[in-house]
Amino acid sequence: MFLEAKQVVKKYANHLALNNVDLHVPENSIYGLLGPNGAGKTTLIRIINQITGPDSGEILFNGRPLKPEDVHSIGYLPEERGLYKKMKVGEQALYLARMKGLSRHDALKRLKYWFEKFEIQPWWDKKVEELSKGMQQKIQFVVTVLHEPKLLIFDEPFSGFDPINANLLKQEILGLKDKGATILFSTHNMGSVEELCDHITLINKSKTILNGQIDDIRQGYKDNLFKLDFVGDEELVRQKLTGNFNIESINAVNGHTTAFVTMLNEASVNQMIASIINDVQIYGLQEVLPTMNDIFIKVVEKSNQSNSKN
Amino acid sequence: MSKISLIIQREYLTRVKKKSFIVMTIIGPLLFAAMMVVPGWIATMEDTGEKTIAVVDHTGKYTDRIKDTEYLNFSWLKGEEADEVASDYKVSGYDAYIIIEADLLKQPDAVKIYSESQVTIDVKEHISRSLEKYLEKEKLASYRIDGLDAIISEINNVRVRVKTIKLSEDGSEKESSTELVMIAAIIFAMMVYMFVLIYGMQVMRGVMEEKVNRIVEVIISSVKPFQLMMGKIIGIALVAITQFLLWVVLTGTIIGVMHSVFTSGGANVNTNVEMLQSMGTQQLDSGDMSEFAEGFTNIVDNVLSLDLIGSLFLLVIFFLGGYLLYASLFAALGAALDNEADSQQFIMPVMMPLIISIYVAMASLRNPAGDLAFWFSMIPFTSPVVMMARIPFQPPIWQIALSITILIVSFIVTTWFAGRVYRTGILMYGKKVSYKELWKWFRYAGK
Repeated sequence: MFLEAKQVVKKYANHLALNNVDLHVPENSIYGLLGPNGAGKTTLIRIINQITGPDSGEILFNGRPLKPEDVHSIGYLPEERGLYKKMKVGEQALYLARMKGLSRHDALKRLKYWFEKFEIQPWWDKKVEELSKGMQQKIQFVVTVLHEPKLLIFDEPFSGFDPINANLLKQEILGLKDKGATILFSTHNMGSVEELCDHITLINKSKTILNGQIDDIRQGYKDNLFKLDFVGDEELVRQKLTGNFNIESINAVNGHTTAFVTMLNEASVNQMIASIINDVQIYGLQEVLPTMNDIFIKVVEKSNQSNSKN
Repeated sequence: MSKISLIIQREYLTRVKKKSFIVMTIIGPLLFAAMMVVPGWIATMEDTGEKTIAVVDHTGKYTDRIKDTEYLNFSWLKGEEADEVASDYKVSGYDAYIIIEADLLKQPDAVKIYSESQVTIDVKEHISRSLEKYLEKEKLASYRIDGLDAIISEINNVRVRVKTIKLSEDGSEKESSTELVMIAAIIFAMMVYMFVLIYGMQVMRGVMEEKVNRIVEVIISSVKPFQLMMGKIIGIALVAITQFLLWVVLTGTIIGVMHSVFTSGGANVNTNVEMLQSMGTQQLDSGDMSEFAEGFTNIVDNVLSLDLIGSLFLLVIFFLGGYLLYASLFAALGAALDNEADSQQFIMPVMMPLIISIYVAMASLRNPAGDLAFWFSMIPFTSPVVMMARIPFQPPIWQIALSITILIVSFIVTTWFAGRVYRTGILMYGKKVSYKELWKWFRYAGK
């Protein structure tokens, strides 16, 4: 494992922020850290960044306990992020890069590359306060990845990004993965989780309540729901799909009908096709996996209920 | 380059490059030079506009008893002219008129000056002094003492001049000026007070800025919060020292240039004390440039008679001690507070001892070796200001050393305390801060 958290506990004065949380991040993966507000994600991220320490438990980096020098191998884009408003863009980027251990020379060279890539060279001598928010976010991103860290941690990276910049960020995250980086990010944006993440961990009320590969999780939470597109008599389909099939909804638009069907017991797709193939024109049939959004809500609500029972 | 020095460098350079810093650095020495020049200049300044004043003496006893001076002419009016003075004193070319209504020995307020514009204090004093002198003489004469004139002239020749001589350890004598020592004490105390306050507040604003701008978390993912705090405190301390040294050098240069101009201008340098005295009582009667120059060069010579280098050295030490003490507390406050608006209730308790210290410093000028001065120059929160006010009076070395030691121990303690509040505070957003909360942060920050 590239990054591991073992039985991490963090207590603040009046609440438990993390209660025996584990994390296993494989090398060169994109790992999603999910959870409702106040679940403890940011605390965990801060512990990995050595901003604060755990009360018990440990963090392993490349199989050994985390060391202070490891901050040079980590790039961190916090949720609460900003820049010195009165400082010039270039000066500031250089300062932050050198704080990550880069030499002046290397930092300048890499900054040149990234500023050209994002087409922000004209801003080098401008003060940060003159920049738009999107522009500032680009600079924050550049500064986070500049020292080519092996581990990148993004806390709510998409918050406040417009769709264009959000997409740019997604592309860059994928690009960084291709170059060998491991990315851990926390977000509420479930769409981006499905698009980007290989693995996730879901934390609720300081505890891990779900973790694993994203495909496995979606398979695990599926309801055998299928989406059927056809043209033909809606009533016939209703009559034919009974017994092992349960029609959840049926909807016709411009002659095309879409039905959502749950299969019970041993029923198979082939059976479904067989029972209606002579009555209607089938345009498509596809399994509907639950969205991460659905799973998130379901799992968190279930965990909240069992918590309140205890 | 180590990270803390990077932080120090940033804090230092961004501040030194600011316009406000450059402006202050230039204005400061001009002000100080002015403080040395202005007293000399004021002494030479006198009302040079000539005035003619009409006097109507209804008693007829005091005619010509108010003497003309270089700028004042008195004309004693009689008869018709006198009756109409109130209505046409201006037409007749008088600036003011005086009416004496009764015997001044019996009724001392029977003399009045009428004028459109307020008469200056000099004019008023000249008139009352002239009349007083005359009345005194009359009174003495009424006793009919033999040889009175001789006695009076003898009395008038009595003069006492106290010279203050400072004894050095090796027994050598140096003329010194008590007034100047007082002024030096005030300047030293004010300097420490101002620098600690101004630069301490800068630390607080800097920390608050980092928190409000949300840059702090980016930075403390690279360095320890304590390093960030210390980097800022040290960086700003260097800014303060830079400003101070520039002030000393620039003031010295300005004064030096003026000094050499005036001394080479052939001004005859009198003994310091006499000169100061004459300036103090404003008995200079001519606005001659050379006298101004004399006064100026005398102040400079007197300043040089103080142990300037030693004092400036101690000034830096006490500034640094006081600054570190307060700056760490201001840093903790900045970390705890999100905006300056609700910071007032927390800033006041921190600033209180500093404000008290300036009052104690002023009070201890009268008795720099007294109990008040001694104890407040030992208490770390007031000692930098109060001790600097005592330095020109040369307190015992052991007291200075003890004061510095207590100060050092204290700022180590406050820095430790502040560091713990700081590291928790900078990551707390939107939390209503109370003293209880601060105490909680302090306690669990150890982990």
